[in-house]
Amino acid sequence: MSTITIREALNQALREELARDETVFLMGEEVAEYDGAYKVTKGLLHEFGSKRVIDTPITELGFAGLGVGAAMAGLRPVIEFMTFNFSILATDQIINSAAKMLYMSGGQFKIPIVFRGPGGSAFQVSSQHSQALESWYAYFPGLKVVMPSTPADAKGLLKSSIRDDDPVIFIEQERMYGNKGEVPDDPDFTVPLGVADVKREGKDVTIVARSLMVPLALKAAETLEQQGVSCEVIDPRTIRPLDIDTIVESVKKTNRVVIAEESHPHFGVSAEISAEIMERAFDYLDAPVKRVSGADVPMPYAKNLENLAIPDVNRIVAAVREVAYLD
Amino acid sequence: MATKVIMPKLSPTMEEGQISRWLKKEGDKVSMGEPLAEIDTDKATMEMQALGNGVLRKILINEGQSAPLGQLIAVIAEPDEDIASVLSEAPASQPQEQKKQEQAPAPEQPQAQPQPQAKAAAATGAVPSRVDNGRQPQPAAISDSGRVIVSPLAARMAAEAGIDLRSLQGSGPGGRIIKKDIEAALTQPKPAPAAPAYPRIVETTRFQQAGASAYRDEPATQIRQTIAKRLVTSLGPVPHFFLTTDIEMDRAAEMRRGINALDPDLKISINDVIIKVTAAALIQHPEVNASFQEKFVRYYEHADIGVAVAIEDGLITPVVRAADQKSLSQIAAEVRELAERARSKRLKPEEYTGATFSISNLGMFGIDEFTAVINPPEGAILAVGAMTPKPVVRDNEIVIRQIMRVTMSCDHRVIDGATGAKFLQTFKKILENPLYLVV
Repeated sequence: MSTITIREALNQALREELARDETVFLMGEEVAEYDGAYKVTKGLLHEFGSKRVIDTPITELGFAGLGVGAAMAGLRPVIEFMTFNFSILATDQIINSAAKMLYMSGGQFKIPIVFRGPGGSAFQVSSQHSQALESWYAYFPGLKVVMPSTPADAKGLLKSSIRDDDPVIFIEQERMYGNKGEVPDDPDFTVPLGVADVKREGKDVTIVARSLMVPLALKAAETLEQQGVSCEVIDPRTIRPLDIDTIVESVKKTNRVVIAEESHPHFGVSAEISAEIMERAFDYLDAPVKRVSGADVPMPYAKNLENLAIPDVNRIVAAVREVAYLD
Repeated sequence: MATKVIMPKLSPTMEEGQISRWLKKEGDKVSMGEPLAEIDTDKATMEMQALGNGVLRKILINEGQSAPLGQLIAVIAEPDEDIASVLSEAPASQPQEQKKQEQAPAPEQPQAQPQPQAKAAAATGAVPSRVDNGRQPQPAAISDSGRVIVSPLAARMAAEAGIDLRSLQGSGPGGRIIKKDIEAALTQPKPAPAAPAYPRIVETTRFQQAGASAYRDEPATQIRQTIAKRLVTSLGPVPHFFLTTDIEMDRAAEMRRGINALDPDLKISINDVIIKVTAAALIQHPEVNASFQEKFVRYYEHADIGVAVAIEDGLITPVVRAADQKSLSQIAAEVRELAERARSKRLKPEEYTGATFSISNLGMFGIDEFTAVINPPEGAILAVGAMTPKPVVRDNEIVIRQIMRVTMSCDHRVIDGATGAKFLQTFKKILENPLYLVV
């Protein structure tokens, strides 16, 4: 085990997969000469050369389409969006081409492509550069959506995503690149897609959290433990396919659920998880499922308002106390 | 609004109840808390109280008939209230429903010019809502709208345990009944009012076929069914083995005579001495004062001794709690009092459950020796035979001694042969030399 940042873990995953399979290549804005806007691709141009690590113009729809074509032709592209905010420009290629090609070609063209980059809330970059888009992509059949919360998960899940034969949306949380954690040294270490991880075991309330909310949920669980409430924290890690079985098993044990997310509350991932819990574990619920979501407004620029728009530890604690009938 | 009377859970093992006696007739006024009926559970006859005010409009289960937990057995309502919708939820097999409905004195069809009260009742939700997925509907009475507010989990737990949701106070927001409330209701046994036992009216039928012996069929009583169920769960999954020994009782008998001579009111029996000695031996052998609980073995700190008492239609084992800490006179008084109430069926559930070890004594019937069936989850039971003078060899001479033969049945899952034998050795040593009790 070595303790590294999520940024370094992602860099290791890319390096190892570039070395392991020569059909893998990176493409995106500033990924080569500048080492990536967030330095995730640091040193890779030098190591693997300009045929494997390619800078593009500011043309998201264009290079996303190039990637889909390369995948159809047998390569395994890793397309970096400088942030997922800019992936909005490329959605025609992602949704109408990448997600649907296997289906529309009757299984003739698999699309082993990864679209990756930072997403979620960032620090004071306002409405257009600070938003969570996972529910958009998770909506479409044909796409897989992955959101790691630890360095080990980031590395293991990115390697699995590159090796996967379906298009994967891989969303790295912009505020979490510097988070440190232990990562196995084994170069064959991977984390399977579609498998949730119980980050903390507990018996009174289940907290389902992903990405930025995982460390907050774990902190909330610590606070609540001192108040006599035992929380189980589950990180789905993959939003689609969603490991609902692990969540339902936990709910059957705890009878109460809080779902924490930084995205907007309406029509989102928590709404889907909540509906599935209701369908599969209705008779086990002792309280309504409680959601803790980002505010239903575009992300404010002002620091004080930004803080209010994103869930924090106190809001998760309050939600848990509410479903546990403590207040 | 109408109050549905359902078969309540009156003992921890009760699955159905038999109406022993209705204390109110159809048409009688009843108020909340008043005794409504006596119900024969599997262990005792208990009183059921009314949970609503009004008139006992309909009896659906007659005296001598049984109903499973949670089944609608009667309806309390205003004299002129429409109870047709409530009755429509009763199982079709209930007796005389049709006939009685026709005889009912009050108008029950909503078309028949509803009275103001009936209108008000309808407005507040006289039609009870189903809260448990179409299983036996639970009565509704909690919220202003007449609905029981209950979490899905709590509703399911209540349905499984046969708990009347209406009898609970919800502790969640808006009075919602939640898991905690059901758990509290489950751990709090219902108070068992001391109801006198009434002789049961039993339908018996005689049969005679040519060449074969005559026989008669009597409906199996609740207690007989429970005994059958309990014993099958015992000899089936519980691997018994048996240890027998003879005990010279002369000194114990002499001690008993001596104590009773001091104070004739004490009335200590040999069985009381056996209970005291058993408790003392159990404390010395905690591995026998134990219970096999599938995933773990439970060892008890005190010797709670179950004493089998024969009653009119079966047997019951009232428990002398912490017999190891009680004096002979306390044990004697307690056993007398418990046996007395057992025979008149006035024991509370907590008084005949949860022993750690049991004693069955058939000495008074002249039985020399027998084997007893373990009452799970206890680990063992001691079967005590009659004390009789027998010739025995002592110091190469034949002498007469009071000999009592005991056989211990052990659950081999928790007690092994040598473990049981060592316990019995201690038991024999103390009983043959009761001075050990004061050492």
